[in-house]
Amino acid sequence: MNIAITGLNATDNPGPGVPLIRSIKAHPDFSGKIIGFIYDSLEPGIYMDDVADIKYLIPYPSSGLEILYERICAIHQKEKLDLIIPSLDSELYGFVKLKDRLEDLGIKTFLPTLEHLNIRAKDKLFDFCKTHGINAPKNILLTSPNDINNIPKDFEYPLVVKGIFYDAYIANNIEEVKTAFNKMTAKWGYPIIIQEFIKGAEFNVVGLGDGTGATIGAVPMKKLYITDKGKGWAGITIEDDKLLNLSKMIIEKSKWKSGLELEFIKSEKSNEYYLLEINPRFPAWVYLAPSAGQNLPYALLDLAFGKQVEPFNNYTVGTIFVRASWDLITDIKAFEKIAVLGEI
Amino acid sequence: MTSKKRYERPVVTKHYSGFMNKIGTSSFSKPMKEIDGVQVTELVEKFGSPLFIISERRIRQNQRNAYRIFKTRYPKVQFAWSYKTNYLNAVCSVFHQENSWAEVVSEFEYDKARALGIKGDNIIFNGPDKNKSALIKAIKEKSKIHIDHFDELYDIIEICDSENLRAKVAIRVNMDVGVYPKWDRFGFNYENGEAWQAIKRIVSNKNLELIGLHTHIGTYMMSTEAYRIAASKLASLARSIKEQFEIIIEYIDLGGGFASHNTLLGQYLPAEETIPSIDQFADAISSGLFELNFRQDELPFLILETGRALVDDTGYLVSTVLANKRLSDGKKALIIDAGVNILFTGFWYKHKITPAQDCGLHTEEAAIFGPLCMNIDVVRESITLPLLKKGDRVVIEYVGAYDMTQWMQFITLRPNVVMIMEDGSVELIRQAETLEYITQRELIPEKLKSKS
Amino acid sequence: MNIFSIPANVAVSDTGFVFLPTTGETFTLNEIGKEILRMLQQNKNLDEITEIILENYDIDRMSLEKDINDFLAQLKNYSLLVEV
Repeated sequence: MNIAITGLNATDNPGPGVPLIRSIKAHPDFSGKIIGFIYDSLEPGIYMDDVADIKYLIPYPSSGLEILYERICAIHQKEKLDLIIPSLDSELYGFVKLKDRLEDLGIKTFLPTLEHLNIRAKDKLFDFCKTHGINAPKNILLTSPNDINNIPKDFEYPLVVKGIFYDAYIANNIEEVKTAFNKMTAKWGYPIIIQEFIKGAEFNVVGLGDGTGATIGAVPMKKLYITDKGKGWAGITIEDDKLLNLSKMIIEKSKWKSGLELEFIKSEKSNEYYLLEINPRFPAWVYLAPSAGQNLPYALLDLAFGKQVEPFNNYTVGTIFVRASWDLITDIKAFEKIAVLGEI
Repeated sequence: MTSKKRYERPVVTKHYSGFMNKIGTSSFSKPMKEIDGVQVTELVEKFGSPLFIISERRIRQNQRNAYRIFKTRYPKVQFAWSYKTNYLNAVCSVFHQENSWAEVVSEFEYDKARALGIKGDNIIFNGPDKNKSALIKAIKEKSKIHIDHFDELYDIIEICDSENLRAKVAIRVNMDVGVYPKWDRFGFNYENGEAWQAIKRIVSNKNLELIGLHTHIGTYMMSTEAYRIAASKLASLARSIKEQFEIIIEYIDLGGGFASHNTLLGQYLPAEETIPSIDQFADAISSGLFELNFRQDELPFLILETGRALVDDTGYLVSTVLANKRLSDGKKALIIDAGVNILFTGFWYKHKITPAQDCGLHTEEAAIFGPLCMNIDVVRESITLPLLKKGDRVVIEYVGAYDMTQWMQFITLRPNVVMIMEDGSVELIRQAETLEYITQRELIPEKLKSKS
Repeated sequence: MNIFSIPANVAVSDTGFVFLPTTGETFTLNEIGKEILRMLQQNKNLDEITEIILENYDIDRMSLEKDINDFLAQLKNYSLLVEV
């Protein structure tokens, strides 16, 4: 089995490629070759032993589908790929569109659908939650400076002011809303999202849906340490049926296909979980799942090859991950190979 | 003598982390040596550079494809060609041969459609500017007048009274479909009841016949949901008209606005990855029309004024490299003979630009400037291309929409436009401008004339 | 007389990969770029280099002269070439 995986950028804002590969290789049934798809000659995963067996540069998602397709064809000729697992948000649209053409080449994928990618958009997620009775922070869209004065009374300060794609500020009064509003409209345009600020602790769930509504597995985690960039640097698996059932419900209602990460906040006031985000791929902490007894990446592999997969219904509570910094040493020759030839 | 090796300009590229992916950064793959089977070099040798090229085959394919997609989802479909998108006579004629009506937004466009032999009742007359003479002509010729504002509605009432005419009218409706900016400057608002008021005023006048409802929710729309909402709002309006006035309208016109595959500046992912397909737009519209709940024989026509999505990818602009330059900061700049005066859409699109001849594997990041002696003449701030030399050619793709209508004669003259016909022959469809053509409308006061 | 020289520590590999040890910077050269840099390292002067390229490649003298000047400017910009 030859499996290509992207996202070897195990940096301080890590992609999930390295933990995905570790998970798959950790499974006793796995035998095959892992092909790393990389974007930059300095992605740390390139220089780790026993991660990807061979690595190829592939074009950035912004270069267009044809170029990506051609590159994949060229690699496929050498490596006879059986499956590609893209793991970065920005890649997914492209791979979803290429899905059928890859299938024609005999390359399998197991991806969310375009509809899945769309419901998770910031302005659509709230509608999805409303329809299915899932708590989500209240949301309104501002489309002109005038709207700032018409923010409904039930929105209490502090508020979160968010751009449609990026950026979020916490505003403590209307003046701060105006400042944030001006900053973001200048950069990203309209609309601006005003979101209820919910005070509480963050919880994350890694899950895998088979596309029919069934949850193959789900493991909840509480972050123990968060970096100044908001990334979890340590976390622990927890036991919480409410959170687990809510996650399964989201997978069921969206008929989610592929891996995902759900981000929740547990309100201090009401003790209820609020859904903040659906990330349409496994998170960078996914290796915690097999470590706690649910090898979700390997289960995705089985699903992709059309095998019957029994859902997991257990995991070890109290499993901890601690991320580490570790300097890899390499020679300029390896760097040259990647930089000049695009493969190593 | 042994044959010499193929030359490529010597170049050195510095590696920057995040920017050292030579496979990734190049936005071209293969050179584009021919278009519809015709050699680009041959075209330029015969018709000069820059040169606009339009593919007849592509237009027909796009139009037939779009018709089929809508027709399989809704039983009565009519397209109307949006003149402002590209009103070259040859282009309009291809659309008309494919059974499209004309959708015009000025008296000039109206006359252009009539001159092409389009009957008045196959012309949809849109827009906020319809002067009195245009209205009289349009009413007499039974064209479908889409009223934009109350002042126009009263103009029409007055004209019909004084000239003893009967007018076929529709109203343009604007509405909240959840996308921004809201296009509320055209037509009558749905939510605040203005549209209903206009409808009541029309049906109360014996000289006006209400035949349709029209909306046009925006341009380069990426949301299919917005179209579903628009269709369902017009459908419920049509139902109210039937219930209250026992009038069954002839058509619902959803306008245009489907995004093409041109990528906007500032958009990271290529449009081909994120833009919904016409199928998806059609699904949304037809599901919105379910709200109609009419009997089969009462169903109104669905009219579409699709412009950009049908013609953008049928147009190419071939341009020649005039010079290579290195800017003071070491960055490469390319000057080509097509500027923003003929590539107006360069202000908002990242057009795909492909070399027209074989080139080496090495690429270089460069700015592309047009030939105008004006600082604004920037075709692209930054693009990664293979090394090009003076005299090399590039093909700029997706220029079929708006470029050949919004272009302007500025500093240089507008170039030839050719159409590659279905059979592979090439026809000139607009001659390059000449000094004479430009100056023929100018007059010099007697005392300013040179004496010599 | 050659007025250019390549710093002695600039290493060019067969793949066209260049490593500048004093700064840690790395570069890629295309095939002709590599040939020219190697010839400069061998202390060939511009006339000699021009003749050799003209002999081996399908290019006219004027274009080559422009390109070589531009190439030298790039090398200088990256401190891969010094004027002596």
